[in-house]
Amino acid sequence: MTRIALAVLAVSLAILPFFAGDFYINLASQALIAAIFALSLNLLVGYGGMTSLGHASFLGVAAYISALMTTRYGMGHGLAAIVSIAGTTLMAAFFGLIALRATGLGFLMITLALSQVLWGLAYRMSDVTNGDNGITGLTRPMPFGVPLDNPASFYWFALIVAVFAFAMMAIFVSSSFGSTLKGVRDQPRRMAALGFNPWMIRWITFVYAGFWGGVSGLLYVYYHKYIHPTSLSTTSSAEALLGVIAGGSGTLGGPVVGATLVLLLKNYASAYVERWNMLLGLVFLFIVLVMPTGITPGLRKLVTSMRGGSR
Amino acid sequence: MQFWIIQGLNSLSLGGLLFLLSSGFSLIFGLMRLANLTHGAFFMLGTYFGATALRSFTGLNIWVTALGAGIAVAALGGLFERLVLTRLKTNPLGQVLVTLGMAFIISDACLALWGGDSIPVPTPSNLQAPTRIFGFVFPTYRLVLVGCAIAAAIALYFLIERTRLGAMIRAGVDDRQMARAVGIPVSNLFTIVFCLGAGIAGAGGVLGGPILSAYPGLDGDMLPLALIVVILGGIGSLLGAFVGSFIIGFIYTFGTALFPELAYIILFLPMIFVIAFRPQGLFGRAGA
Amino acid sequence: MNSPTPDYALEITNLNKAFGGLSATHNVSLAIRPGERRLIIGPNGAGKTTLFNQITGDLRPNSGQIRLFGTDVTHFTPYKRAHFGLSRTYQIITLFSGDTLEHNVTLGLLGLRPARWQMWRPLSFYGDLATEAKRTLDMVGLLHLAAHPVSDIAYGEKRRVELAMALAQKPRVLLLDEPLAGLSNTERSTVKALIASIPRQTAVVMIEHDMDTALDLAETVTLLNYGRVIVDGERDTVIADERTREVYLGT
Repeated sequence: MTRIALAVLAVSLAILPFFAGDFYINLASQALIAAIFALSLNLLVGYGGMTSLGHASFLGVAAYISALMTTRYGMGHGLAAIVSIAGTTLMAAFFGLIALRATGLGFLMITLALSQVLWGLAYRMSDVTNGDNGITGLTRPMPFGVPLDNPASFYWFALIVAVFAFAMMAIFVSSSFGSTLKGVRDQPRRMAALGFNPWMIRWITFVYAGFWGGVSGLLYVYYHKYIHPTSLSTTSSAEALLGVIAGGSGTLGGPVVGATLVLLLKNYASAYVERWNMLLGLVFLFIVLVMPTGITPGLRKLVTSMRGGSR
Repeated sequence: MQFWIIQGLNSLSLGGLLFLLSSGFSLIFGLMRLANLTHGAFFMLGTYFGATALRSFTGLNIWVTALGAGIAVAALGGLFERLVLTRLKTNPLGQVLVTLGMAFIISDACLALWGGDSIPVPTPSNLQAPTRIFGFVFPTYRLVLVGCAIAAAIALYFLIERTRLGAMIRAGVDDRQMARAVGIPVSNLFTIVFCLGAGIAGAGGVLGGPILSAYPGLDGDMLPLALIVVILGGIGSLLGAFVGSFIIGFIYTFGTALFPELAYIILFLPMIFVIAFRPQGLFGRAGA
Repeated sequence: MNSPTPDYALEITNLNKAFGGLSATHNVSLAIRPGERRLIIGPNGAGKTTLFNQITGDLRPNSGQIRLFGTDVTHFTPYKRAHFGLSRTYQIITLFSGDTLEHNVTLGLLGLRPARWQMWRPLSFYGDLATEAKRTLDMVGLLHLAAHPVSDIAYGEKRRVELAMALAQKPRVLLLDEPLAGLSNTERSTVKALIASIPRQTAVVMIEHDMDTALDLAETVTLLNYGRVIVDGERDTVIADERTREVYLGT
C-alpha cells in the first residue's frame, strides 16, 4: 500500500469513534482483535508454511487464564495479564515440541487434535472452567487508571495494542530471521544444507505466534467480559484460517483484510442467515476453489492494472 | 468386579465403533494423502439417519439401516470427491480446507434438519435382552458391536490383501506415481476409496446410535478420536487402526469413568508419547 | 572424535544402506584428500545420489562411518555438517525461485553466520553480506542479473547460481550432484570453467553418469555399480581398467 493510503488509514482508524456510533466502534474493536489473531496465525501459515488448525488454543487459553486469575484468585489485571501471556507462551513452547515432530498434514492433524483436547477440557473441567456456562461477569482492566468500559476507550486501547502487534510482527517477518523462516518454508532441505536449523526456526516462530495469539485472547476476553469453550473450538481456529487464506497469506495486510471480512460476514450474515457454520463452510469451498491465493493478491493485481501495466 | 467388566465391555464396544470410524479415515489418508476432516460429519450423518429411520419405523432392521446409510453417505462422499476434491489435486492444503468446510456444512445441515436436542436411538428389539456369560450380565448390543468391528476388520482385510482392488489400493498407497505408470486408474481408485471410507463411517454412525445418541457436535467429538487413533496406530495401516481403536476405547472409557474431568488429558498422553518417540505410529510406515 | 592429524577431507568407511531388500550402498569406503578433485561415476541406479545423501545427512546409513577432517559426523544433522565445511548442489534445482539472485546467494552466506538469528534487523542492515553476495555472483559471471528473480533466468544460469550458493560459504568439501546435467554446450563449458577455478582449499566431489563430460575435471575417479565401489584410483588408471569398460558397455 502506498504511504498516503497508509496514512489515511491510520488517521481514519484513530478518529473513528468521533464519527461512528457505538455499534460500529464495537465492531471495529472486534475487527482489531480478529486482525491480531489472524496476523499471529499467518506467521505460521503464510511465512512459515505451517498450516495450523489449532490456533484458537492460544486465544482461548490466554482468555481463560486471565478470567480465572481475576475471578478465582482475585488477581489484579496487570498481574493476571502477565500470568496469562506467560502461561500461553509456555503452552505454545510445549505444543510446538509435539506438533513440530511432523510437517504438513501431520502437523495440521496434531494441532487439530491438541486444540480439540483443550476444548474438551474446557467443557469437562466444569469446576474450574464452568464448562458450558462459561465464565461471566468479567471486568476490563484499567491501564494507568483509565477505565475501558465505554466503547471508544476500549477501541483506542485495542487500536494501540493492534498497531504495536502489527509493528512487532512486521519487524519479525522482515528481519534476517524472517528471511530464514521464509527460506525454510520454500526449501527446507536446501536451508538445512546451508547450515540453518529448520526445526529451531519453526519452533521459535510457533512460540512467537502463540504469544501474539495469546495477546489477542486477552483483548478478546476484555472485550466480551465473558469466555466460553467455543472460543477454543475448531470453528474458531477455522474462522481465523479462513481470514488468513481469504485475505491472502503472502502479505501482512492480507490477514487483516480477511479477518475483517470474516467478522463482517459473521455479523451481518447472522442477521439474515441462521446457519453461520454452513455459510462459513460454503465460503471456505468458494475461496479455495475460486480464489486460492486470496483477495489481497487479486486486489493488488487490480490496482496495478489500473495504474497501467506492471510496476 | 462388576464395574471393571462393564467398563471393559464398554471399552470394547467403543473400540469397535472407533474402528468403524477410523478405518475409513486411515484408508483415505493412506491412499489419497488426505486428512479427511469431513469424516466425523459422515459418521454423524449416519447416526442421525439411523435415529430417524429406527424411530419412525419400529420394525426396521438395524443392519439394513446401516447398509442404507452407508450407501447414502458413500454417494454423498463420492459426489464431493468428484466435484470438489479432484479439482484440488495440486493443492493438498486446499483439499483439507474444503473437507473442513464440508464438515461445517453437513453439521449445520444436521442442526437445521434435526434440531439442537439429543435424539436417543432405540436399541434393536431383538438385541435388547441381556446376555449371560459366566454369571455376568452384558448388554447384548455392545457385544454385537464388537462383533461388527471384527467382521468389518476381516472384510477389509480380505478386500485389501486378497482382491485385485485391494492390490491396486496397496500399490497406490506405496507409490502413487508408479501405480499410475503401470496403468492403475488412480483417480477412480481415489473415488472408490473415498466412498468406501465415507460409507463405513456412515454405517458405523447408525450402529453407534444406540450407544451415543444423535446430537449436534457428535462430529466434533468423533473426529479428534479418529485422528488420535490414526496417529497412534499409524497412517495407512488397518492393523494400526484396529489396535489403536481398542487402545483408545479403553483409555477413553476407563479415563472417563475414573477421572471424568481429565479424560481428554488421558487421551492426550498416548498421543504425545507416540508422536515423541515413534512418529510413524505403532504400525505405520516411517515417513508417512 | 578428532584424530591428531586429519589426513582426509572426507573419509567414508564401510558405508551400508539398504531399502527393504535392496542394497543401495554396499560396503562403500572412500578417502578424499583436502583439495582433491574426485569424480564418482556409474550407471543410473548405481547409488551415487544415495551416497551423497548419506554424506550430507539427508539419509541415515545402516552402518559405517563418515568423517569430515577427522570428525565423526555420521550422526550429525545436515545443518551441523554445513558448519563443518560441507556444501552441496542438487540434481534438481532447489533455488528460491521467487527471490532475486542476490537474495539466494545471501541466504547461502547467512547459513553459517550468527546474523541468521537476528529477529529485529532486516538482512539489508548487513552491508557486508550484500557485498560478499555480489562478489560471489560476479565470480560466476552473474552479477548483472543480481536483482532478477531466479524464476526469470535461464536453466544454465540457475545452475551457476546453485554453484555460487554452494561456494559462497567457502566450503572445505563440496559435493556436486550432476552439475552439468541438462546444459547446452556453451553453458557446459562455462560451468566447467567455473568448477575448474574452484580454489584448492575446497575438495570437490562430483557425480556425473555421463563419463566423458566431466573427466577432464577429475584427478581421481571412483566407479560405482549396484551400490558397490568397483574401481577407485587415479583417473587414467580407472579409465583404462577392464572393469570400467565392462560396466559401461554392459549398460
